[in-house]
Amino acid sequence: MNSVWVTTFAIAMAAGTTLVFAAVGEVVAERAGVLNLGLEGMMLVGAVTGFMALDRTGSLELGVLAALAAGALLGLLHAFLTVSLRADQIVAGLALTIFGTGLSAYLGRDVVGKPARDSFDPLAIPLLHEIPWVGPVLFDQNLLVYTSYVLVAAVWIVLFRTRLGLHLRAVGESAGTADAMGVSVVGLRYGAVIVGGSLAGLAGAYLSLARTPGWSEGMTAGRGWIAVGLVIFARWNPLGALAGGFLFGLMEALNFQAQAVGITLSPFFLGMLPYLFTIAAIVFAALVGGRRLGAPAALGLPYRREER
Amino acid sequence: MRRLGPLVVEQRRVASRWTSALVRVAAIALALGLGALILEAGGYSARDSYRTMWDAAFANRDALAETLVAATPLIFTGLAVAVAARMLLWNIGAEGQLFLGAAAASWLAFSFPDAPRGLLLPAMVVAGAVGGAAWAAGPGVLRASLGVSEIVTTLMLNFVAILFVDYLVHGPWRDPESSGFPLSKPFTTSAILPSFGDTRLHAGFLIALGAAIVVWTLLRSTRFGYEVRVIGESQPAARYAGMPLRRNIVVVMLVSGGLAGIAGMSEVSGIVFRIQPDISAGFGYTGIIVATLGRFSAPGVVVAAILFGALQVGGYALQTTEVPPSIVQVLQGAILFITVGAEVLARYRVRWSPGREKRTPLAEKAP
Amino acid sequence: MSGTTPLVQLRGIVKRFPGLVANDGVDLELHAGEVHALLGENGAGKTTLMNVLTGLYRPDEGEILLDGRPVAFRAPRQAIEAGIGMVHQHFRLVDSLTVAENVLLGSRSPRVWVGRRAGIRQVAELAERYRLQVHPEARIWQLSVGEQQRVEILKALYRGARLLILDEPSAVLTPQEADALWDTVREMASRGEAIVVITHKLDEVQAVADRITVLRRGRNVGVAVRGELDSRALALLMVGRDVSLATRPEPLEHGEVVLRIRGASARSDRGLPALADVTLDVQAGQVFGIAGVAGNGQRELAEVVTGLRPLEAGSVEVAGRPLHGASARAAIDAGVAHIPEDRLGSGLVAGLSATDNAILKAYRRPPVSRGPLVDRRASRALTEQLLAAFEVSAVSPDAPVRLMSGGNLQRLLLARETAERPKVIVAVHPTRGLDVGGTETVRRVLREQQEAGAAILLISEDLDEVLALADPVGVLHDGRLAGVLPRERCDVEELGLLMGGATP
Repeated sequence: MNSVWVTTFAIAMAAGTTLVFAAVGEVVAERAGVLNLGLEGMMLVGAVTGFMALDRTGSLELGVLAALAAGALLGLLHAFLTVSLRADQIVAGLALTIFGTGLSAYLGRDVVGKPARDSFDPLAIPLLHEIPWVGPVLFDQNLLVYTSYVLVAAVWIVLFRTRLGLHLRAVGESAGTADAMGVSVVGLRYGAVIVGGSLAGLAGAYLSLARTPGWSEGMTAGRGWIAVGLVIFARWNPLGALAGGFLFGLMEALNFQAQAVGITLSPFFLGMLPYLFTIAAIVFAALVGGRRLGAPAALGLPYRREER
Repeated sequence: MRRLGPLVVEQRRVASRWTSALVRVAAIALALGLGALILEAGGYSARDSYRTMWDAAFANRDALAETLVAATPLIFTGLAVAVAARMLLWNIGAEGQLFLGAAAASWLAFSFPDAPRGLLLPAMVVAGAVGGAAWAAGPGVLRASLGVSEIVTTLMLNFVAILFVDYLVHGPWRDPESSGFPLSKPFTTSAILPSFGDTRLHAGFLIALGAAIVVWTLLRSTRFGYEVRVIGESQPAARYAGMPLRRNIVVVMLVSGGLAGIAGMSEVSGIVFRIQPDISAGFGYTGIIVATLGRFSAPGVVVAAILFGALQVGGYALQTTEVPPSIVQVLQGAILFITVGAEVLARYRVRWSPGREKRTPLAEKAP
Repeated sequence: MSGTTPLVQLRGIVKRFPGLVANDGVDLELHAGEVHALLGENGAGKTTLMNVLTGLYRPDEGEILLDGRPVAFRAPRQAIEAGIGMVHQHFRLVDSLTVAENVLLGSRSPRVWVGRRAGIRQVAELAERYRLQVHPEARIWQLSVGEQQRVEILKALYRGARLLILDEPSAVLTPQEADALWDTVREMASRGEAIVVITHKLDEVQAVADRITVLRRGRNVGVAVRGELDSRALALLMVGRDVSLATRPEPLEHGEVVLRIRGASARSDRGLPALADVTLDVQAGQVFGIAGVAGNGQRELAEVVTGLRPLEAGSVEVAGRPLHGASARAAIDAGVAHIPEDRLGSGLVAGLSATDNAILKAYRRPPVSRGPLVDRRASRALTEQLLAAFEVSAVSPDAPVRLMSGGNLQRLLLARETAERPKVIVAVHPTRGLDVGGTETVRRVLREQQEAGAAILLISEDLDEVLALADPVGVLHDGRLAGVLPRERCDVEELGLLMGGATP
């Protein structure tokens, strides 16, 4: 059995989970019509607050909670700017990324390089992890990875099978119509962006508490941006986000496992793979999807009720 | 229109210029205030920190020179983003285009080390522009033909560009005498931009000002600039007038990339005199803020670039104190989002109007 | 009906927007089981008033009484819960969702879960009960306009609307579909619904209304009961002056054929066939009118002649030379002027100055262009010339044109489009939203161009406009030219039948 590949895929799943959290959060926000380009900043802030909470209290759970809260706060800020003040969503998102990047570096200045007091270790699920091939890849991961599976399923169900999800999608397709139907555009958009922010925070915490325990400045290395591209590739569907996250994780895993797998490219070029792959992915999505990419029709457009 | 007790909030029909300018100033002040709060909360003296920053940026001739040096690449990247934004394109890839421009210019410098300076330097400027433009061409074409978001494509290429330069500097262009640090061989004097007196301020600043004038003229007085403005304001009207949308997307991205590419040339030829992985302290991204604050106009970009150059220089000065320089990034982000938020508020006007008006008696109805 | 407490009363409603008072102290009384027509011209304030009633806008002054008790709606949801439903002119439907999803959208139910099957069944039952034919699982973009309207009605009924407001419902229907609609309306009224029909069509009012309220320039100018006032009297109230109900254009000598369209076929944005085998000739000095209910290919016809849409089959020739492909540029160079329906959308750029707008077509040629540059002095000169010649009052040639009034915008547009003596003018609903003065200007300008030898293609869903300006009149139905009649043989009934797809 080619166990090197199994190991590679397992690493892929582990590496991709950050992207899955961030991308699912962004799917929720974009389905409601709000583009959140502040993911990178929110992830970093989540990573640093999660790690600092762990460092102070020794509790992983508190770390996760802190990250969720921090991400939610930044999400609230983004929602306020884009929904209430109707500022340009792209600029607001970029501002938050720059702000968040700086803020995370500032907050984390004293814990850079500090060893982690604890981390989420792999937790093999009895029986399931012994299934050949699939088992070690999916079921011998840490708790947060399992959470991501549940999250993907839950978000899918909510989006496509519940009234709440229907309202959310309607807001993203045609805010005016939803408003006229008595759906709270403002409320849903705020909610969606806050959820997106928390999940971005969680994505960051996954890095600092599970994947590469510890904190260093800019440790997300552009993953927040990859997540934005991933949402397009996933056609705004959480299941697609899971698949895409895995694929991107695979790029990273290949880099890691290069020698073992038999690849002899310069590490720099291997490092380029995830980014080139993102571009290929969205080009592919554009080619296949034809004219209508499947983007929520009202994405990026602020909504004003008393329009004349 | 909303009523809040005795106050009435209405929308203005036009945001007055004075209000907009005031809003910007107020936003900067607010951001500085927020920064001060964060500093004090961290146990640092805001007053001392700001003092250090101010002195480093403006206190004397050398400080001013440093500020302009820091502003130079920001003018280029700010212009790059502004030009694209006028047509509603977001060039987030100025960072990568800067690196590619730097690489292209460096290649010339290494290939013709003994060429006369008067020929080599202009050639390097052109190379820088070509390198940057080439890097923006792909995203431009993808956007024009397939509608693929230029935000994501230019962004991804940033990382690719940085890795590419990493590769060059660790590999083919490695300086054998650099013992461990990733650096390229140094440039010869003919590849180095002349500087002013004994300061670090170099001719790149003048080229930047020149670029600003070119961009200003381009948008204001050329047919191409006119088309860009129309397309940016109303795509349906541009279609109606028969303006070629796809071709213009590609051309704008090329111009934008070219400007960012020259930033790269300016940095390697004017400051570092070689190429290395950290020639840019996020200039491409800061360029976005500069362009937004400058309202996407050439003169605005220059002013905003100088402001952020000052912030940058101030930040470096903080490195020698115990205040973490990351506060500068916090300030930058805060200035941006406060500006963005405040600008929207500037579109409203508050009136004092206590008490409800009496209802007029019902008019006579026509027969 | 009268004597009982009105279901809804509006008293002294005032609603202002920047630069405009849409409702100026309006009163209105609506009773259950009654079909009430709200009559008025474009811009009289009818839709605004209803938007106030449905909670979309908050009135600046005045009050709303429901069942005799005052209510204040802070959001549309509250009005819906109070039993007030509205079917808008522009449907508020989400294209990519299904009929059932659209009907269920926003409604409350005790459970979080949609229970899709149950919901779909409920929608089907409701449709049955009111005899509204529509398939619950179809996606909106697949439906015809008439079917979409039924979905809108279902939405309101699903939420238990006691008062149903229909905003210009027949604007998008053929005369036959409209008749079916009135049957439905009467059915609902007989079940105790209060219905409000917002309209500007006098014959509709006479056909279906129990009571009529007339609005003019934001004020309530008269209330009448069925049969009390005839069409002329109503028109008088609506317009405020005596109108001859049948204006017609003065005849003019025609020259050679300038615009020749042969077998033109084209697809709509959605890829469905929109224009089918249209053949017509327009001579110099002639105004060829194209009437028809909106959505029958008018837009596509205008776009193939102005180069904004590719032809799938057939040809368009201007002065003997064919227009190739979808090139607006080629059309402009061939001398085709375009006065589009949405002035501020495609004809003019709202955020740019009058000068920038004035050179929109002229910027590629001298004197405005000088090599790759735009000569600012020449632009300025051209602009001033245009503004003066057409009496456009602009704040300044450098201020953004969005500050200008509708009439001035249209004058600027006309000035620019006629500046270079076009051979063909495609005018789409040019008097839309204009007051009497504005309409006069349009008429005068078109007349001048006719005399100068232009061939004018006038496309409009406003039948009155077409009848007043054009000779002959063609009717588009389902993308085909259903018939062409010389003006003297036009009457509303014959045209209505053509619009409905029947042969007279």
